[in-house]
Amino acid sequence: MSYRPVTTESAPVRLFLIACAVLVLALFLLLPLAAVFAEAFRKGWEVFLASLHEEAALSAIKLTLIAAGVSVPLNTLFGVSAAWLVTKFRFKGRSLLVSLIDLPFAVSPVIAGLVWVMLFGAKGWFPQSAMADAFAPAAHLAASLAEYQGFGWLFSDLAVWLADPKIIFALPGIVIATTFVTFPFVARELIPLMETQGSDQEEAAVTLGARGWHVFFRVTLPNIKWGLLYGVLLCNARAMGEFGAVSVVSGHIRGETNTLPLHVEVLYNEYQFSAAFACATLLAFLALVTLSLKTAVEYFSGHDASGKH
Amino acid sequence: MPKRRVIPGFGLSMGFTISYLSLIILIPLAALFLKAARLGASQWWQILTSERIIAAAKLTFGASAAAATVSTVLGLLVTWVLVRYRFPGRRLLDAMVDLPFALPTAVAGITLTQIYAPHGWVGQYISQAALWIQATYAPTGWWGEVIQDWADKGAAYSPLGVFIALTFIGFPFVVRTLQPVMEDFSSEYEEAAATLGAGRWTVFRRVILPMFIPALITGFTLAFARAIGEYGSVIFISGNLPMKTEILPLLVVAQLEQFKYEAAAVIAAGMLIVSFTLLFLINLLQRRLNWQNN
Repeated sequence: MSYRPVTTESAPVRLFLIACAVLVLALFLLLPLAAVFAEAFRKGWEVFLASLHEEAALSAIKLTLIAAGVSVPLNTLFGVSAAWLVTKFRFKGRSLLVSLIDLPFAVSPVIAGLVWVMLFGAKGWFPQSAMADAFAPAAHLAASLAEYQGFGWLFSDLAVWLADPKIIFALPGIVIATTFVTFPFVARELIPLMETQGSDQEEAAVTLGARGWHVFFRVTLPNIKWGLLYGVLLCNARAMGEFGAVSVVSGHIRGETNTLPLHVEVLYNEYQFSAAFACATLLAFLALVTLSLKTAVEYFSGHDASGKH
Repeated sequence: MPKRRVIPGFGLSMGFTISYLSLIILIPLAALFLKAARLGASQWWQILTSERIIAAAKLTFGASAAAATVSTVLGLLVTWVLVRYRFPGRRLLDAMVDLPFALPTAVAGITLTQIYAPHGWVGQYISQAALWIQATYAPTGWWGEVIQDWADKGAAYSPLGVFIALTFIGFPFVVRTLQPVMEDFSSEYEEAAATLGAGRWTVFRRVILPMFIPALITGFTLAFARAIGEYGSVIFISGNLPMKTEILPLLVVAQLEQFKYEAAAVIAAGMLIVSFTLLFLINLLQRRLNWQNN
């Protein structure tokens, strides 16, 4: 009689379960992914390329890059600072702070947009008209600074915005809504990682005479770089793909306040399916790149970087 | 004398973390709740018990619960296979599980709609199956309407579509919550149970599964909480028929588009209270488990 291990199932059961799991994943995850590309190329390369070269698409791509370009660095800075605070020090209210950092995960994207309308919308705490009054002196200052050479380009745009400070239905609203939604990603990755690493190395460095930023850049950063990179990747993927929050604050002005996901929605609702899916391939591609980099990060860091989201 | 902190940067990181948290998260959320609080309790009641909201709440919570349940079952199967078995392509499958996290919700929304629409890759078969059921059993009443819906629209533009989208979104939460727990699970208990004469199925049911229950509950709750607020992947496939396939987040947007800021704030505040309670319960559960394990 051959030896049979007791902690696993018989071969047919194993095969059956594997087949079920593969079927579930293929039908449920792979099929949608395949469908994005199939629909995008249904009318051929020409249509595909034309829909990406269209002016509205290009401006949507630009806007998406700007929103991610502002919110991801800000949230990375916050994530590092928050992780440093809650893992290196013990203080009153620490566990409350950790729960508050997770808060945006429990907030519907639509509500993440709505809160900014409540603050800056027409009936909000800081409506546009009130801010225009408050910013009037700054607008004058910027306008006069714009007359000097060198920084003219910067200050003339600033002066125009300060004179009519639009937040909702404009770029600043899109940026802050994206920041709200992607707020916890980096902190969420770093906190458990830095918690398990402890502070022994940092303490040793201080004892040996290292001061301030030196401790962070020379001791902590090399230890957390993979976790940090992973957090930034997830943060970026969400920032570029955010739909609900941005849709509430954007106002859907074509060529002006449409990010790429909103552009996809507009095209889809206009029954321009091929164009919608062509733009969607860019976002699906972003997702694939994120997943591959994630797998690479796990490989290079030598341990499983995937945690809870 | 208070102990001096050895590691630098307490003041700086505390200052930056608290100000940033307040500016980006706390003050905006407070603004929302204050806006909602401007209306009295009777107006709250009036808004939250309006017919359209009740219908949307039933669909949102019902479909979310159903989706989280199915996600939990599928998640258990997939995690089991990924953790316990070695086979070619395992790493690829593992990486694929995160796809719903990484794929922007709007893309997921239009793609699922396209697949499950009556002429889509999967929708056509659902439509045919519904037609076959109609021809064979001629169902009537409530069930007959559902079958008629499926025959006409495939799985899209109906509560079934909402359920499919929410399952897609919630599924990775279960896998990623369960996976570390299953990886740490040592086989001693299984061996002991097998030595004592238990069959494989009994070992799974009586020894293995109970150990995974807390992780499964956490995964279920995370999937459920995410599903309640989900917007992008649902609004395309749901078809947004008033009283039939509208979800709560869509109603928030609808109120906003009619400039009914207070009503939007009230619905949003109600949703937030439910999600925060869920989050609080998970934290409580996990703290209790940590306490038990130590």
